[in-house]
Amino acid sequence: MSTIVNEVRKGFYLDSVALMRLSAEIAAMGGIEEAVLMIGTPSNLQIMHDAGVLNATGENAGPNDLVIALRADGKGSANRALAHANKSLEGGALTSSQTEAKARTLRGGISLHPQANLALISTPGSYAAREARSALDAGLNVMIFSDNVSLEDETTLKQQAKARDLIVMGPDCGTAYLNGTPLAFANSLSHVTTPATTAAIAASGTGLQEFAVLLSRLGGNLKHGIGVGGRDLSDAVGAISTLQAIDLLAADNSVEQIVLISKPPGANTAKEVFEKLASCGKKVIACVFGYQQSDMPAGIEYAANLRDAAELASGNQFIEQGVEPLASELAAKVNSDGKQIVGLYSGGTLCTETQLALQKAGLNTASNAPAGTSANADNADNAAGSHLILDLGADEYTVGRPHPMMEPLVRVDAFTDALNNPSVAVIILDVVLGYGAHEDPSRAIVEVLSNHAVSHRPVIIACICGTESDPQGLQAQRNALTDAGIIVSNSNCGAAELAAAVVQHVS
Amino acid sequence: MSARELLDNGPQVIGVGLQGFVDDLKSQGVAATALDWRPPASKNTQALAAAEQLSTGSVSEMINKANAQAMERMHSADPVLIDVQLAADAIDGLGDHLILHAGPPIAWEDMCGPMQGAVAGAIVLEGWAKNLDAAFKLAATDKITFEPNHHHDAVGPMTGIVTQSMPLMVVENKTFGNRSYCAINEGLGKVMRFGGNDESVLERLRWLESTLGPLLADTLLACDGVGLKNIISRGLSMGDEMHQRNVACTSLILRELAPTMARVGDPDTVSEALTFIAGNDQFFLNVAMAMGKAIMDPVRDIGGSSVVTAMCRNGTEFGIRVSGCGDQWFTAPVEMPRGLYFPGFTEKDANPDMGDSTIVETIGLGGFAMAASPAVAGFVGAGGAADAVTYTNQMAEITCARNPEWTIPALDFAGVPSGIDICKVMNSGITPTINTGIAHREPGIGQVGAGVVNAPLGCFEQACVALSERLSAS
Repeated sequence: MSTIVNEVRKGFYLDSVALMRLSAEIAAMGGIEEAVLMIGTPSNLQIMHDAGVLNATGENAGPNDLVIALRADGKGSANRALAHANKSLEGGALTSSQTEAKARTLRGGISLHPQANLALISTPGSYAAREARSALDAGLNVMIFSDNVSLEDETTLKQQAKARDLIVMGPDCGTAYLNGTPLAFANSLSHVTTPATTAAIAASGTGLQEFAVLLSRLGGNLKHGIGVGGRDLSDAVGAISTLQAIDLLAADNSVEQIVLISKPPGANTAKEVFEKLASCGKKVIACVFGYQQSDMPAGIEYAANLRDAAELASGNQFIEQGVEPLASELAAKVNSDGKQIVGLYSGGTLCTETQLALQKAGLNTASNAPAGTSANADNADNAAGSHLILDLGADEYTVGRPHPMMEPLVRVDAFTDALNNPSVAVIILDVVLGYGAHEDPSRAIVEVLSNHAVSHRPVIIACICGTESDPQGLQAQRNALTDAGIIVSNSNCGAAELAAAVVQHVS
Repeated sequence: MSARELLDNGPQVIGVGLQGFVDDLKSQGVAATALDWRPPASKNTQALAAAEQLSTGSVSEMINKANAQAMERMHSADPVLIDVQLAADAIDGLGDHLILHAGPPIAWEDMCGPMQGAVAGAIVLEGWAKNLDAAFKLAATDKITFEPNHHHDAVGPMTGIVTQSMPLMVVENKTFGNRSYCAINEGLGKVMRFGGNDESVLERLRWLESTLGPLLADTLLACDGVGLKNIISRGLSMGDEMHQRNVACTSLILRELAPTMARVGDPDTVSEALTFIAGNDQFFLNVAMAMGKAIMDPVRDIGGSSVVTAMCRNGTEFGIRVSGCGDQWFTAPVEMPRGLYFPGFTEKDANPDMGDSTIVETIGLGGFAMAASPAVAGFVGAGGAADAVTYTNQMAEITCARNPEWTIPALDFAGVPSGIDICKVMNSGITPTINTGIAHREPGIGQVGAGVVNAPLGCFEQACVALSERLSAS
């Protein structure tokens, strides 16, 4: 049997929309069949009468009174609803949603943030060019983290940007530093107190991260790191962003030296880029993976790897413990069948650097992302007998899965296989810290090792691309690895050299 | 902001995509704003390609120029309520057996219940049939012709039925000399705009024709009309958005009319008229609608302009017109409003979205001016003042400009978003938000609630394709 409960508040007015909303809220309470809050005008009283919620109390309400009319399944429900209604009427009857108001489009974003000067685009690749175009139209510089942007779109966007004195960083630009601020996947340099006088131009990602980290360890500091994307130096794109970046950095009085970190440029592009660099008026260091000293044009200092580049830029050197006697010590622990180095990388540029370092030591290498003289690891015949250096962040490993820098667990299978393979002598791992990276990348590695006794496993060497002010903390990550018996090297290049020395001792 | 300034001052970032990158920047004290980015809402590849074409290069520049001209015409409009005339006198060719209705063109058999009910009522009112039964039969024959209000310089709320003997308010856009028409609001309860058609409904319509219409006409002629632009400005600062809430503007126009009305009318009639107007908070809605039509009509044919010049619904289909496509209609099935219901009614009773009143959103009021009217935001769900602001700001993402004269105090006097751009709708996937009354799906019952509804994306998809084709051909 339904109960009708009415309450009249004399001389109480509230906007009808607020009342309708409150009515709907109360009608949704348990045991409430109908709930109506209305001002007691004759027409409203008629509506309430028709809805079967009015009793003698409500019928006596006047046009300046509020009627709370309920039909409930019993007194208990009605009283609960009445209490709720009265409580809501005391406080604000309407509450805004708590979430921060966000714009859906760049145009809307700019109206909320008119001082913005950069759009950081990380949408799926097929939408990135469109967003980049709107950003340029709106007068914003653009950093495209997304990959899968067509070469044609990349070239057009960069030309448009240049015509407007804007710059496009990327596509596939994972890392940048602008006036000391790290963007996307980048390490914090906030603990570095020396003046930032170095600027870098890099294709993307971990090459720039490793350089920034090593520079900071050597007492230097990075002012700008402009990521231009992996294809900018190709003849197809013609180094549009790189050339712009050189001009920008050359005109920056706080910058004393410029470091180029890249793959070899296209034949036509190389000349223009190196001429501009050589005549820019600053000290220039180039770490071009695959270049020999003799390939480097005059006026530009040659760095064979990122460690060399950081040493040249900082004027300091890592205190060389030398690979001996550590290498022979480690070699003694390798089991009799162990001969191979396996590198399991999350950073693409680090994977390249290791292949070249091993080749320099006279070793044969194979990779899914071959650099230098590496065989293609997909071809088992060619790869047989080579040291295997894998880029686990390459497309074939990341389809439908997160990148190993964001989710270290995707490296676990390959790591476990290598641990159980008696022919593996050394495993090299990179552990990338910083913004964007996993909150505790060492954990997955250490957990795998907990099932493998130190005496029955290959030597494991890790390099940590990270700084003390990174969110993960360098010291905590290093301690976790060394506690698990992992050798932690100062640099990726150092890790590769140590690994090479170990296998050379073994054989 | 040039690349030079970016390096010198450091980044201030708008994040398009991953939220984490923006959070990282904020944690370092860098000014960064994340978008609520989403992939395009449309699945229509042809329309997406058309929108892309319209948004790039020289085509885009040409459209921007045309749209600037459209905004110039919209913002220089000077709408004045000047007269009330019989529909037969105001509208050329409106005679026997012609019935005007809301929305894009529609045939009798496709009309929803309330619209058929209103048609039958109008047929009885005009004496073309003796009773409602006969009227329903007559309406189904080819003796009755149906045409949209929009084809005759007119608009009408909900069913929007207009026939020859109804009095229409006349708004003249003094800047361009064009005139637009809308019926007088009948009030709440059982009314023809919600499909009501019984004797009480027809009796009220006869009173409008015989008494209120002529008195309003005399009043307006005697006071030389009432300028509407300023009334809207003041109404916005008093909490109206002119679709769901017209209480301030109704009061303001009553203040304008009353002194002259008292001079030109006999006391009993004036008392009756003022009581009628004062008793209907939505009286001004129909004035705002005629004004909207008068503002948008001069924008109707600017080559290359992607600005929407009309939005309306006939209870079955939603239709839009776009300046660069002239008088072509782009239609898609109407959506169901989401809202709050009067006691005793639920969404099961609701009729799909209906009426020409969306002309007020077309000029930047209604859902677009929600921030001016936090009370109305309650219809939007968990709506408070902050949500109302969000709605208005979101509409600014799909419009060309802000109206410099119609400003919103809560937005630090930013103007209402003005000039809906079909390209921006397609590219963002944001469709116009409309504040609307909800009619009962059966004729004759009336309003059962109020809420919000969105214009269907399909209209904008077709319009983008058509505009792109027109520009390619020219």
